Amino acid sequence: MNFFKRFAQNRGALVGLVILGLVVVLALLAPLLYPDSPWRMVQRPFLAPGEVSGFWLGTDVMGRDVAAGLAHGAWVSLLIGLISTVVALAIGVPLGALAGYFGGKIDDALMRFTEFFQTIPNFALAIVLVAIMEPSTFSIVLAIAIVSWPPVARLVRGEFLSIKHREYVEAARLVGQTHRDIIIKQILPNTLSPVIVLASLMVATAILLESSLSFLGLGDPDTMSWGYMIGAARTVMRQAWWLSVIPGVAILLTVLALNLVGEGLDDALNPQLARAR
Amino acid sequence: MSEPIQESGAPLLRIERLALALPEGADRLYAVDNVSYDLTAGEILCVVGESGSGKSMTANALMGLLPTGVHVAKGRALFDGQDVLAMDEISHRALRGRRIGMIFQEPMTALNPLMRVGEQIAEVFEAHGLLTPRARKEKALALLEEVRLPDPASALRAYPFELSGGQRQRVMIAMALALEPELLIADEPTTALDVTTQAQILHLVKDLQARRGMAVMFITHDFGVVAEIADRVCVMREGKIVEMGEAREVLDHPRHDYTRALIDAIPADVVAAVGRPADVLAAVERPADVLAAVERPGDAIPPQRDDKDSSPLLSISGLDKVYRSSGGWFQPKREVVALDGIGFSLGKGETLGIVGESGSGKSTLGRCIVGLNRPDNGEIRLDGVDLSALEGRELRAHRRRIQMVFQDPYASLNPRIRVGMAIAQGPIANGVPKAEALAQAQALLATVGLDGGAAERYPHEFSGGQRQRIGIARALALNPELIVADEAVSALDVSIQAQVLTLLDDLKQKLDLSLLFITHDLRVAAQICDRLIVMQKGRIVEHGIAREIFLSPQHPYTRELLEAIPGRRDAPEPATAAAGVL
Amino acid sequence: MAYVSLILGRVGKAVIVLLAILVFNFFLIHAAPGDPAAVMAGEAGATDQQFLDDLRERFGLDQPLPVQLWRYMSGVLQLDFGYSYRQQMPVLDLILDRLPATLLLTGAAFCISLLFGIIAGTLAAMRAKRPSGSIIMGLALLFYATPLYWVAMMAVLVFSVTLDWLPAYGYSTVGAGYTGLAHAGDVAVHLILPALTLGLFFMAVYTRMTRTSMLSVSQQDFVKTARAKGLAPGVIQRRHILRNALLPIITLAGLQAGQMVGGAVLTETVFAWPGIGRLMYEALMQRDYNLLLGIFFFCALLVILFNMLTDVIYRLADPRIKQGAT
Repeated sequence: MNFFKRFAQNRGALVGLVILGLVVVLALLAPLLYPDSPWRMVQRPFLAPGEVSGFWLGTDVMGRDVAAGLAHGAWVSLLIGLISTVVALAIGVPLGALAGYFGGKIDDALMRFTEFFQTIPNFALAIVLVAIMEPSTFSIVLAIAIVSWPPVARLVRGEFLSIKHREYVEAARLVGQTHRDIIIKQILPNTLSPVIVLASLMVATAILLESSLSFLGLGDPDTMSWGYMIGAARTVMRQAWWLSVIPGVAILLTVLALNLVGEGLDDALNPQLARAR
Repeated sequence: MSEPIQESGAPLLRIERLALALPEGADRLYAVDNVSYDLTAGEILCVVGESGSGKSMTANALMGLLPTGVHVAKGRALFDGQDVLAMDEISHRALRGRRIGMIFQEPMTALNPLMRVGEQIAEVFEAHGLLTPRARKEKALALLEEVRLPDPASALRAYPFELSGGQRQRVMIAMALALEPELLIADEPTTALDVTTQAQILHLVKDLQARRGMAVMFITHDFGVVAEIADRVCVMREGKIVEMGEAREVLDHPRHDYTRALIDAIPADVVAAVGRPADVLAAVERPADVLAAVERPGDAIPPQRDDKDSSPLLSISGLDKVYRSSGGWFQPKREVVALDGIGFSLGKGETLGIVGESGSGKSTLGRCIVGLNRPDNGEIRLDGVDLSALEGRELRAHRRRIQMVFQDPYASLNPRIRVGMAIAQGPIANGVPKAEALAQAQALLATVGLDGGAAERYPHEFSGGQRQRIGIARALALNPELIVADEAVSALDVSIQAQVLTLLDDLKQKLDLSLLFITHDLRVAAQICDRLIVMQKGRIVEHGIAREIFLSPQHPYTRELLEAIPGRRDAPEPATAAAGVL
Repeated sequence: MAYVSLILGRVGKAVIVLLAILVFNFFLIHAAPGDPAAVMAGEAGATDQQFLDDLRERFGLDQPLPVQLWRYMSGVLQLDFGYSYRQQMPVLDLILDRLPATLLLTGAAFCISLLFGIIAGTLAAMRAKRPSGSIIMGLALLFYATPLYWVAMMAVLVFSVTLDWLPAYGYSTVGAGYTGLAHAGDVAVHLILPALTLGLFFMAVYTRMTRTSMLSVSQQDFVKTARAKGLAPGVIQRRHILRNALLPIITLAGLQAGQMVGGAVLTETVFAWPGIGRLMYEALMQRDYNLLLGIFFFCALLVILFNMLTDVIYRLADPRIKQGAT
């Protein structure tokens, strides 16, 4: 069976893919649908969804359009989720590869380093990093990447450890391939499947992290994000429940979709495991 | 405890036209198809076949252990008159462990790692609501004594990881026999064990079977084991029975070609010849086949080659290697001596066998020679140049001259690299232009008997034997002078083994290669080697011409190894003895 | 002997990690844009020159970096985490004052999530092919994907605002003056929503992990052996599969416990639970970095303690490790 067939066998993954597609479309169309800044006050505050036409999701405390915020927030969430995952991979994959391939003292040193970052509570570290670097898209991406690379390094290291003793790698050593070639051509391609699956789940976690930071007021003050919308709605929960429910559902659906797609990728890329399930 | 069935004639187990369906997308419709056989009390039936023959499937069906997706399509399996395949789960459970016991292939994983051995044996009684906890413990102890475990009292309190593979297999047997079942199913129970341990376990099974009058269904791929233990044989291939009959009859006069191929692939005669020179003479008169090694003993020590072999290709002296576990901060280091003062030499065009059981250091030796491991001390000289003194480019230039063929045909090829590229990689890394290297790979594939189209395909499209050919082609790509073959045929079915061995031997002659053949299997060594080195615990215990070692082993360990080989014809014949009892 | 050296090894490792965190903290302050003194004082000190000079003096900012590091480290080793000028209290006192509430919350959430997570995961594994198993896994996925703080807010909305069953805020009823058992009961009622919402995400984690682990263990050979013995399915599940499947969960639980301390920041913020998480939020709002870093250090300390605890449990549960330690 080919990749797509196996992926499509997981119905949840298909649903996830559809939801994710919708979120991506929303994010891409945001500047067209709502060309104005989502921070602009456009109506009187606390409009319930559908109360005034043209504001089908209502307005918030300051009279800003919730739908515009949602669309622009989708862009921010996806972008930060994606970029921070790429950065985390860029840190974790080389570290894990070097540690696993060379072993010994290099492995010891790199793994102590990784363990250190894994021991520090994830979210607390992200908070401290963003707070001290001053909240901005850059600092948020960096903080999320810094707290999320250790699992990548460990996964890649584990794969390297198990693959480097495979006979085909030893054969490559015997014929005189360089370490660089062995790492890049022989081993790395064989670690890709689990890394891809992990990466899809990391995007989901990064989106959750970003929204949590924004919720605490540590979002980029220039961009509208879902977490910020919920945080701003917290004090008015009793008067306007929809202000917190709508962006919350958006986060939930996006993260759920990414997880479903991740499971589908896992099924498709690791068929032996899928069959055992 | 249930009484063994004594009435003769009525079989204990009767399998009737059994068919087990495989899940969709498998390479055939049925795992076993239209299989019928009987098993009488007090009889040992060997079900023989190569991997994928479906030989274990019937046993798994009997025990309700079929893998998911496989189901009974038709047929019955009558155990003491009842169809076990149609039974409800509760009555089937009452049968398992109590009237039918089973032991498995992998003793290392067949026991729960978190439970003490004693608890796991006692569990059998508990499962069937028998005895008090105290009595269960006593019974467990008695069972461990019966399977002749050293120090049974402390074994009772041991966790599985504290026991060796052979000891664990004894525990498995104790467990299977706890309730004195009428039928014991043994699924390749000795395949994962060293040859000396295998002999002990076979002996134990035979002995217990005779004492208890059980029926035994013994599943194996090894005709040597059949000769050792079976009353009757059932040979299976691709889910069908190809031949069935009395063991002696089938061994001596196989009717089916496939059976003959399986039996011939095992040069039992060579080994059986130990102490029986007449047989050897007879064997030597046979035309060149698997007996070639014995037939041309003159090749081994090369008097006629002395002129060109004034210096050996490879000479090794004083090689030591100790594995040290790094230990933690406060943990003591552990040391395992893998090589201890190894020295020998290998002439040009010679095939040297290194034989030993797991832990003998034979693989470490091979890895040190090719450069995958570094010895602690000693010299490895290739044409007089000490490799351990070389560095960098010079070392790499010499490394090229020694290549390796690996054990596992599934792990030795990168699943994401096309076969042609896999072979060409070596020359490319050594500066040959890519196009030229690929063309050369095509030619090499032809040399090892694969068609040129193979180069464009990925490894998963090939069978185990074909992959091993590709591995050989890869080793040849750098025009080496010495090939180290580490258990190169151990993972293959016997019929394929013979083909790959023949190929290696042919190539050796054609390309004027030297061959260092590392194996745990004396029978395989017998087929290909001029000289032999026998290793035990990191030392060489015996060293000489292959034929002489087979005929008159000097070291007690070598004798033990030779005697342990199953299927020696001069072995006593307990099979008939046991049959006589009933 | 083996145990003593083992514990020494663990403690040694923990000390190294804590020292590393201190160094990390130190450089974090220096990496921040602007004058470290201003950073430490936050907005509070930005206007007060006296206060800034005070800080510079105390941290010897005119001294070379290693000297500054040494001063900072030795200060912390004497349990001097500095002074929170915003709250007008030493950082250590502030943290110790709030610590019990956090321990209660995370401890409760940890127990709830582990217990129910393992139960749900076991059920899901046993019913892997039935709808009930899929429903459990669907719910687990749902909770896994839901933002922690949002669940907390929705719980308040439903159980406090709409249904009025449980209190929405705080640690105990203000001004009620309960003592003894009544106080404990009052705290317990206040604890329900925060502990459940904090535990929900981790419960989902454990559920998924338990199921995966059980399914992979059930493929192993010794399970076949157990079946061949004629053991009842329940016994096989419990004694053979679950026991082996729990080993990786123990390790995971240690790691997750640390994340729980982080998650408490969100839960405590929503429920105004007076723990160090809430304190962290306050420190954030007031840009009180001295306090922030002190809390950060304590979070790490808690994580290390949790990890050591699970390490010990793991060693008790797996007989193979003892061998390795001798």
